[in-house]
Amino acid sequence: MPDVKKTCLYDSHVRLNARMEEFAGYWMPIVYTSIPEEHKAVREKVGMFDVSHMGEILVKGKDALAFVDHVFTNEITSKPVGKVVYGMFLYPNGTIVDDLLVYKKSDTECLLVVNASNIAKDYEWIIDATEGFEVVISNQSDDISEIALQGPLAEASMRHIFDLDLSNLEFFTFTEGSLFGVKMLISRTGYTGEDGFEIYGPAPAIAEIWEAFLSHGVIPCGLGARDTLRFEAALPLYGHEISDTITPLEAGFKLFVRMDKPDFIGKSQLEQDLALGLSRKLVGFELKTMAIPRQGYPLYLGNREVGHITTGYLSITLGKPIAMALVSTDVAKNGSELEVLIRNKRIPGVVRDKKFLSKNYKK
Amino acid sequence: MSKVPMNLFYARTHEWVKVEGNVAFVGITDFAQHQLGSVVFVDLPEIGSVLKQNKEFGAVESVKAASDLMSPVSGKVIEQNDEVVGDPEQVNRDPYNSWFIKIEMSDPKELDALLKPNEYEEISR
Repeated sequence: MPDVKKTCLYDSHVRLNARMEEFAGYWMPIVYTSIPEEHKAVREKVGMFDVSHMGEILVKGKDALAFVDHVFTNEITSKPVGKVVYGMFLYPNGTIVDDLLVYKKSDTECLLVVNASNIAKDYEWIIDATEGFEVVISNQSDDISEIALQGPLAEASMRHIFDLDLSNLEFFTFTEGSLFGVKMLISRTGYTGEDGFEIYGPAPAIAEIWEAFLSHGVIPCGLGARDTLRFEAALPLYGHEISDTITPLEAGFKLFVRMDKPDFIGKSQLEQDLALGLSRKLVGFELKTMAIPRQGYPLYLGNREVGHITTGYLSITLGKPIAMALVSTDVAKNGSELEVLIRNKRIPGVVRDKKFLSKNYKK
Repeated sequence: MSKVPMNLFYARTHEWVKVEGNVAFVGITDFAQHQLGSVVFVDLPEIGSVLKQNKEFGAVESVKAASDLMSPVSGKVIEQNDEVVGDPEQVNRDPYNSWFIKIEMSDPKELDALLKPNEYEEISR
């Protein structure tokens, strides 16, 4: 695979004996020791992830805020500088191009952090939408590396290792601070349901920070644990809960879709969908007997196929088999009894909320 | 390098077989457990089930994925290993003592079709 890229932490992953696999065009660590151990480190202490594969696209110019509000389901213009906002890009038919974080750096500059697997597609899609806006778009994905530090001891680790007090940094805000003499962007964000930070900067400094965390006992965690953690927090993953075949309303992310904004790409289709009523809904699902529901397994009510599993695991934190599933609206009520087909066996389960566990975000 | 004990037979699908008289103990190899990662669930056939050689009889599931188990021999399931069912990670810690099921073989000559340790070593590098 000659075209597979390496992050600046590749050598460290190999030295740590990680299982490396190709993901979104990068060699990424899947697991270092064991997924349950890494998962528990983040839930109970502190772990770190190499997320340098994530894409960063900078929007600059007089119309930067208006442009972002044109392509983004959530709202950025009214937010203070220093705020991070989660939302999506939509196609005109209301389905999802990608989900992303928008960092409001100034009234003329936003950094968009997108999924690695969608960087090229997103960049083209954004460029196509710029007509009539005075903005400059630049794909900085190859120049920015990123570490996610996650877990209840994340704040203490930053204080201890870098003498950096982040206790006043609120959830979903960011600051620009100096680590090892290099300017870094640090946000109180993450993808695990725990408190923590995401640190963005140039490759050499990110590699130094990674080594500093390692030497202070922060547990390196792979993409395996990243997925089990985000799943328990019911955070969506592009290609599973959300995709170009599902709208954010069906996926239950209405909170991140500002239908009260004058316009954004995809809005008129969502208005029609709301008027007609949604045919599908993303729900939680819990099995009544032991088996493991996996992505794509079909769900039945009697002989009628009513949906499928989008992500499922034997939850590491809860020790029971749970899933997120996309189902017909008429069977989407909590308590609705369905069966999931696993290796030709029908396993009974029940629709439930997606609050699998309480999130430990900084209040 | 994963371990390949000399006293066992092996299937290409990474199950091992230990023979005691007419009974085959079946588990998965060190190579297989390492490939899978943390085993969290084993789905095994009921006692009395009749298995056919090279046919699926259950699954071993890691955190991330389910893998089919293929029966290395034909016969009747006479016992499940409750310890492994209750503590599936035992498969990672000690794969060759973590047998899943015992099969009363209906045709012990089928063992001839399985791999010898040196042959299995070749395919599990």
